[in-house]
Amino acid sequence: MSEIENLRKAIQAWNAGVDKAVAKFPERRTDFVTGSGAPVARLYTPLDLEGRGYQAEIGLPGEYPYTRGVQNTMYRGRFWTMRQYAGFASAEESNKRYKFLLKAGQTGLSVAFDLPTQIGYDSDHPLSAGEVGKVGVAIDSLEDMETLFDGIPLDQVSTSMTINAPAAVLLAMYIAVAEKQGVGPDKLNGTIQNDILKEYVARGTYIYPPEPSMRLITNIFEYCSKQVPNWNTISISGYHIREAGSTAAQEVAFTIADGIAYVEAAIKAGLGVDDFGPRLSFFFNAHNDLFEEVAKFRAARRVWAKIMKERFAAKNPKSLMLRFHTQTGGSTLTAQQADNNIVRVAIQALSAVLGGTQSLHTNSKDEALALPTEASVRIALRTQQIIANESGAAETVDPLAGSYYVESLTNRIETEALAYIKRIDEQGGAVKAIEGGFVQKEIQESAYAYQMAVEKGDRVVVGLNKFQIEEGKPTGLLRVDPSVGEGQVQKIKALKARRDGARVAAALSELEKAAKGDSNLMPPILEAVRAYATLGEVSDVLRKVFGEYRPSVMF
Amino acid sequence: MERKIRVLVAKPGLDGHDRGAKVIARALRDAGMEVIYTGLRQTPEQIVTAAVQEDADVVAMSILSGAHNHLFPRVMELLAEKGVDDVLVVGGGVIPEDDYDFLKSKGIAAIFGPGTPTGSTIEFIRNNLKRK
Repeated sequence: MSEIENLRKAIQAWNAGVDKAVAKFPERRTDFVTGSGAPVARLYTPLDLEGRGYQAEIGLPGEYPYTRGVQNTMYRGRFWTMRQYAGFASAEESNKRYKFLLKAGQTGLSVAFDLPTQIGYDSDHPLSAGEVGKVGVAIDSLEDMETLFDGIPLDQVSTSMTINAPAAVLLAMYIAVAEKQGVGPDKLNGTIQNDILKEYVARGTYIYPPEPSMRLITNIFEYCSKQVPNWNTISISGYHIREAGSTAAQEVAFTIADGIAYVEAAIKAGLGVDDFGPRLSFFFNAHNDLFEEVAKFRAARRVWAKIMKERFAAKNPKSLMLRFHTQTGGSTLTAQQADNNIVRVAIQALSAVLGGTQSLHTNSKDEALALPTEASVRIALRTQQIIANESGAAETVDPLAGSYYVESLTNRIETEALAYIKRIDEQGGAVKAIEGGFVQKEIQESAYAYQMAVEKGDRVVVGLNKFQIEEGKPTGLLRVDPSVGEGQVQKIKALKARRDGARVAAALSELEKAAKGDSNLMPPILEAVRAYATLGEVSDVLRKVFGEYRPSVMF
Repeated sequence: MERKIRVLVAKPGLDGHDRGAKVIARALRDAGMEVIYTGLRQTPEQIVTAAVQEDADVVAMSILSGAHNHLFPRVMELLAEKGVDDVLVVGGGVIPEDDYDFLKSKGIAAIFGPGTPTGSTIEFIRNNLKRK
């Protein structure tokens, strides 16, 4: 009898015995589920991995299908980039926070912009009232960007910018600041989020309709492939999809489906898959179920590699590698007993490291209440440093590979994601599936099911629906100075009086002409930015030509 | 038959976080109320117009952008300008507790922070309607 047959028999006998014992002493619950609600068996064994070949499905680190990671030595070479998302109030304030973080040992910058900036409104726009500098830094013109990076040599840091609809404008500003520092675009390292599809689905900072938005994105791909070769031109994001309530498998599925849509759009625009493929990057969430999250990252890498190879015939290995940033799960933080969030973040961060992330943001304990203070940001960064230097998780590559449970979860998430991708393909791709509301509806169903499970007590959230205590009002929260808005308005006024108005007008009119045609929009945007046209002025020109996106509302 | 409680769930401000708004909208509907959800980025003017048009008994606003101290009172002002004084207005989202008293002084009846069970909001609405 073969070994596997022996094992099958042994397990049958073992199960019979355990079932008898359980009849007398029941387990804690009748159904065990993952953080995403998928069933969890009592035991995983080699039987669960039968029929899956090691070389084809798991392979070696740095080799197809990259299940075990995109580099061959992973963190033995160097740690992931520790990159805390930060920005608030004015460019001056945020510049101070960046210098604090760099001094504390952070290795890359990550810029949070305020909502008016993310939606292409200047600080003096009526809709900006009350919002300026609140959830990020206010950037109205190149002048603010110069202040933001003052004293930070752009050839020595990598900068990630969470900017989507106006990504081209902020990237142009970054290039222009570098020029002033004497740094050429070929020396720049960083990422723009530039992922409009998940804005329609989950994050909400869209401006233009899908078609011109996809054009702006492919224009950036093309421009950067020639001028800014080390720039990650997009960060295809599952993070916000998960925050909106999706399961782990949905996070992988909808993110990869968006990725497919971007690749198709770029190919349709005449680009070669291996010209832009290597610069595509991803962004995922990390929730509390350690093993499911590790499996999710591993499955995402495998799914993407296979799609790029089999569907798009990419040849360059770099086009096949899913490189990603991770942020711990904001929606898992509780306002109740906020110190407990430090522990949640540690588990989540560990999952990202065990899952092979390229960079990581750890949330601060107070983020269910307000923007984080310096003290709580330091703990969050220290959490990463402890994992890196003390936990041992970084000493070997993909340490959980071969775990019967983790490999089974990896396979399950892959299967579930592929089934969703098939359904999305049948609807004509991600853009159509989003316009039709399919993706949003699937996420909302999961979000509601989760909320109900918490309210019924099926799912325990420590400090929230179990182990509660009486607490006083939280103290020591960060408050953004409300005068920031007024300061920005004054700055715009002064800038508009000082700049060369004729040059601005000419640049904006060139941009309008280009937008109506089909040439690449990056050069005219860069020229407008250099002339100190404001973000709002540039965005308004494009609004005029492209129109604005109007979502259909449902719940 | 008793008229259903009509609730306008609204997202003032520019933030796109509407997981909470959608969950509460659905929970209120499942609790037998008539729910209208405005969608994102609604100005105070749009919210008040919708509340009047829809003849809402309740306006439930969700905000996570930090602009609540500016936008919530503005909604109350506009309601007053239209002579509407019998609509129950509540808020939710990431709002520091330090701001609760200020918002209540402007007429927001209750603020529901992160982690509030939907049942608490439903019960509060049923017990505090201004229209009987």
